[in-house]
Amino acid sequence: MKQTLIALVQDKPGVLDRVASLFRRRNFNIESLSVGHSETSGISRMTLVVNCDTETQKEQVVKQFHKLIEVTKVIDDVTPDRAVYRELALIKVSANIETRSAIIQLVDVFRAQVIDVAPASMTIEITGTEDKLDSFVNLLRPFGIKEMARTGRVAMLRGTNGKQ
Amino acid sequence: MKLDGAHIVCESLVREGVEVVFGYPGGTVINLYDALPDYALRHVLVRHEQGAAHAADGYTRATGKVGVCFATSGPGATNLVTGIATAYLDSSPIVAITGQVPTNHIGKDAFQEVDITGITLPITKHNYLVTDVRELPMVMKEAFYIARSGRPGPVLIDIAKDVQAAELRFEYPETTDLPGYRPTVRGHEGQIRQAARMISEAERPLVFAGHGVTLSNAQEELKELAEAVHAPVVTTLLGIGSFPRTHPLCLGMSGMHGEAYANYAIQQADVLVAVGMRFSDRVTGKVQSFAPHAKIIHIDVDPAEIGKNVRVDLPVVGDIRHVLKSLNSRLHRAEHREWLEQVNAWRQESEGRDILNRETDDLIPPYIMRQIWHVTKGDAIMVTDVGQNQMWEAQYYLHDKFRGLITSGGLGTMGFALPAAIGAKVGCPDQEVWVTVGDGGIQMNIQELATVVQERLPLKIMIMNNGYLGMVRQWQQMFFGRRYSGTPITGPDFVKLADAYGIKGFRVTERQDVVPTLELARQIEGPVLVDFVVKGEENVYPMVPSGGSISEMMRRPLDDEETV
Repeated sequence: MKQTLIALVQDKPGVLDRVASLFRRRNFNIESLSVGHSETSGISRMTLVVNCDTETQKEQVVKQFHKLIEVTKVIDDVTPDRAVYRELALIKVSANIETRSAIIQLVDVFRAQVIDVAPASMTIEITGTEDKLDSFVNLLRPFGIKEMARTGRVAMLRGTNGKQ
Repeated sequence: MKLDGAHIVCESLVREGVEVVFGYPGGTVINLYDALPDYALRHVLVRHEQGAAHAADGYTRATGKVGVCFATSGPGATNLVTGIATAYLDSSPIVAITGQVPTNHIGKDAFQEVDITGITLPITKHNYLVTDVRELPMVMKEAFYIARSGRPGPVLIDIAKDVQAAELRFEYPETTDLPGYRPTVRGHEGQIRQAARMISEAERPLVFAGHGVTLSNAQEELKELAEAVHAPVVTTLLGIGSFPRTHPLCLGMSGMHGEAYANYAIQQADVLVAVGMRFSDRVTGKVQSFAPHAKIIHIDVDPAEIGKNVRVDLPVVGDIRHVLKSLNSRLHRAEHREWLEQVNAWRQESEGRDILNRETDDLIPPYIMRQIWHVTKGDAIMVTDVGQNQMWEAQYYLHDKFRGLITSGGLGTMGFALPAAIGAKVGCPDQEVWVTVGDGGIQMNIQELATVVQERLPLKIMIMNNGYLGMVRQWQQMFFGRRYSGTPITGPDFVKLADAYGIKGFRVTERQDVVPTLELARQIEGPVLVDFVVKGEENVYPMVPSGGSISEMMRRPLDDEETV
């Protein structure tokens, strides 16, 4: 069972190391982890996707996470109905004169973007849910994917009526 | 006031109430050691840094104050690791301060450079690498606050050598600003009310006391709870001393080598009030069959302990003392005559199997432990090592005294006893401190005998010398067909060795010499070492085999029963 967690952490040296060490030591399985700045300076935001077998295990992950001194907040109710998920991918795909237009058609259908074209390849940027990215990748595969970089999930709770 | 980093460290220690530091100098802490004599800080020079960490740990367990140790970078720092891990597993508040190579050498594999903050990440509550003197005062303040608040634990501060020399206008911060660290003190009132109701309605209530009671100084509140509802009390190994052992409601230690009647009580209780303990595997045995009839109330300061190992029916997160005070004010007095009669029947059955009630002239540790209890009138601080000697001490020295037992529970660190006792004696110079240790464990940190002599610490060191690594040998006897692989061990002539260090040494081989020798050891003003040459193949009973249910104990065979 995949669980999405959002954590706000103080931006100090070694904080990522602490998170990684905790997850390894407690035998929690990280599916993806993305880190970047948040709206507050000095606070970084992490989105983690964790594999948990049981609700008890998820509780343990959250509680142990909370114990890290530099973790200021953990949001654990990041479910699909309450939150939006996005992922970004850069994909370098083989392309020549014959295949280029077919690829561009796919890019249009998926509202992706071509960000670099070379004689034998194209680099495409796509944003969306993991499902959308997965199906796009599957359609590109026959053309020959040379390189791919996916960011992992970032998530945000939806706004609610009247309050943030 | 302009100070260099080294003086800032010492000044901060004094402001945190520190009086003594256990340590070992080296290249990257020369500045720190140069500043040390300017302050009212006693330095205890150990003979190996592991000893410094254990001594700081022993000091905090005996006094309740934060223990402090110093070590240099590289090997000095790595030698602390076992001691820090020992403190971490038992929630002991110590602050370890290490030197680090100068900032411009960090990451260059400089001489005696090691990433000690990286290494100690999973065995500290928190740690710091200080590369800028401006951070130092706040780091010192935070380290002590984190170490002693909430669920206590070790904190390491690694300070680059140049930071110790750099100057700063010193101001010690009055408060910390840690938005991610807010330990819960008061328990949830609704939960406490519900706990009071559950306890009041119980027919077979049982209190299960752990180290948290001691850490929170809640021994009086615990007693009040047990006496109010006439609930018997079992303890974990580290819970020993939190409730008087000779109290009629005390059933002693439970778990793998716990009293059989304590384990039976757990298995029959209908409400289990777990206070400041964490359901370690040594206590629960097979989790699925642990306390099958009980509703479990779990009171602990660390929310992550709730539900970690066993299902909990009612959690109360908060400081034990605060929670118990509030809980006690809501309890209705109750008596549980039938339940207590049942428990006492189990207790009597156990006494029939007790080795002390058998006809034997063998020199065995249970007898020695009980005699130490008699001779010290139960009032010594006992520091044990790990293994059979530890279990026998826990079973046969009847600990009424608060903070009267210092032992490595979670990590089970052999070699702990001697250095930890040094810390305990330095912290409590007016109390008797006795060490019980095996012939294996004493050889793990035996170098600290020199520290005992240099610091003039009148420790009474009792070696249970059976020529084996006894606990492993016991397992080999029971589960590996007596193949004593790697467990027979020789040692030096401990009496001669004691003499070489300048310590009075005695050897005891007969029962009749035990009490006179203990009396003599007590009368001698300085340190004493006694080498008890005990029976080689004696076992600790009862025993719950690893992974078994605590209902299914291996009991000491009766005289007419076959032995393993």
